[in-house]
Amino acid sequence: MRHDHLITAKQLSRPDIEEVLDRAAEIDADLGAFADRREDTVLGLMFYEPSTRTKMSFETAIKRLGGDAVDMGPVDSSSVKKGESLADTARVIEGYADALVLRHPSQGAAKMVSEFVDVPLLNAGDGAGHHPTQTLLDLYTIRESSGLDGLNIGIMGDLKYGRTVHSLAHALTNFDAQQHFVSPESLKLPRSVRYDLHERGANVREHTDLDEVLPSLDVLYVTRIQRERFPDENEYHAIAGEYGIDLETLEDAKDDLTVMHPLPRVDEIASEVDDTAYAKYFEQAHNGVPVRMALLDLMLEQEEDR
Amino acid sequence: MSDHQLRVSKIRNGTVIDHVRAGQALNVLAILGIDGSKGEAVSVGMNVPSDRMRRKDIVKVEGKELSQNEVDVLSLIAPEATINIVREYEVVEKQQLERPDRVVGVLSCPNRNCITNADEPVETKFEVLDDGVRCEYCETIVREDLAAHISVE
Repeated sequence: MRHDHLITAKQLSRPDIEEVLDRAAEIDADLGAFADRREDTVLGLMFYEPSTRTKMSFETAIKRLGGDAVDMGPVDSSSVKKGESLADTARVIEGYADALVLRHPSQGAAKMVSEFVDVPLLNAGDGAGHHPTQTLLDLYTIRESSGLDGLNIGIMGDLKYGRTVHSLAHALTNFDAQQHFVSPESLKLPRSVRYDLHERGANVREHTDLDEVLPSLDVLYVTRIQRERFPDENEYHAIAGEYGIDLETLEDAKDDLTVMHPLPRVDEIASEVDDTAYAKYFEQAHNGVPVRMALLDLMLEQEEDR
Repeated sequence: MSDHQLRVSKIRNGTVIDHVRAGQALNVLAILGIDGSKGEAVSVGMNVPSDRMRRKDIVKVEGKELSQNEVDVLSLIAPEATINIVREYEVVEKQQLERPDRVVGVLSCPNRNCITNADEPVETKFEVLDDGVRCEYCETIVREDLAAHISVE
C-alpha cells in the first residue's frame, strides 16, 4: 500500500488489494500474533451518519491491534451542531488521533477532508459515492469463497445510490471478472461509474431481470433497494418485490453460488436463505474486523516508514 | 469596414471576444459576471455573418481584461472563440482558446449532495473531459448546459 489516504477503490491496484487481503488472512489465522501491533495508536472515528457494522468493526479492529479509538459521537452532541465545518472538525480531531475514519452523507466529503489533514484518512462511506473499506472485505469474502479471477458476479439492487456497489465495481476491474448489473431502470449505475468502467475496459453487462443471468453466476451481491428513494410507496413495493431472493429464486443457481449483502437487509433476502450454503453475508460482515485490522496496520506501517 | 464592425462599435480598452458560437453571447456575459448593473459598457453582436462560422456572436467589453479562470471556463462553452485584448483601440494580444485539463472555482456542481455545496471551505474543481466536465469531489459528470453552472465571481 502506497497511499496516504484511502478515499476510493479506484486508487487500489491489484497488488494493493492482494497485500491487504493477504495480511487479513494472516490476521485471521492468528489473531493473537497481532494483539500489540498498534499499541499507543489512537483512531479517530468521525461518523456523521448512522453506522453499526463499519463503525464497530473499525473500533474492534484498532482495539484488537492493541490501540484505541476516540469517537466524536453523534452529530447532534458534537460541535457540528454549533455550525462547525467538516474541514475544521477534521483538523481538530487530527490532533488527537493517528488516523481518521470518516462516514459522511455528502459525496466527496472524504476527498475534501484528505486535503486538510496529514494523518491517514479512511473513507467509511461518503453519501452515494464510495465505500472502499467495505469493498476490501467484500473481496476478501469473495476470494475465500470463489477466488477473484474467472468470476461471474451479479450485483443487484440499488446500483444508482449504492456506494458499496460503486466501489466494488471499480475494484473488480483489477481482476478477470464479468460483472452483471441487475436493477430496475430507475436505479441503474450512475453515469460517472459507467464512465470509469468503460475507461478501464471492464467486462460489464446490464440487466433488469435476474433470471437472465442467475444460472451463470458464481457470486450474487445483493443490495438494499432504498425505500426513501421512492416518492411513491406502491412503486417501491412493486420494485422491491422483484429484486428479492428466496429459495425458489435460487433453484436455478449454481450449487456453489455465493450470496452476499453489505447489510443491513430489509426484505431483499428471505431469512430461509440464511441457513443454506449460499449465504455468506454474516461471514462477510465478520470479515470487516480482520480486513480493517490489515488495512490500518499497513497504512500505519507506511506512516512510520516516512 | 466589415459587416460586424458596422454593427458593433470599437472599444478603447478592454476585451473583444470574437467567433463565439451563435447564440452563446449571453452565456459569455454570464461568465464575465456582466449583467449591466455595474455600468460597464458592453456591445453584443448576435448572429452576425462570419466567413469562418457562417453566423457568430461577438462580445466587446470596455475596461475589462479576462482572468485565466474566466478564459478557462469560456473555452468550455465557446471553444472556437478568439480573445482580443484591446488597448488604445489597438489589438495588443490575440488569444485562441485552449481547453484546460481542469477548471478551478468557476463552475458549481449540480449535485446538491456534493460536499462543494455544503458550506465548506473548498473550491470546486472539475476535470475537463472530451465531452464535458467531471467534479473532482463527487465525480458527477456534466455534459449539457455547462453555462448554467458557471459561478465566476
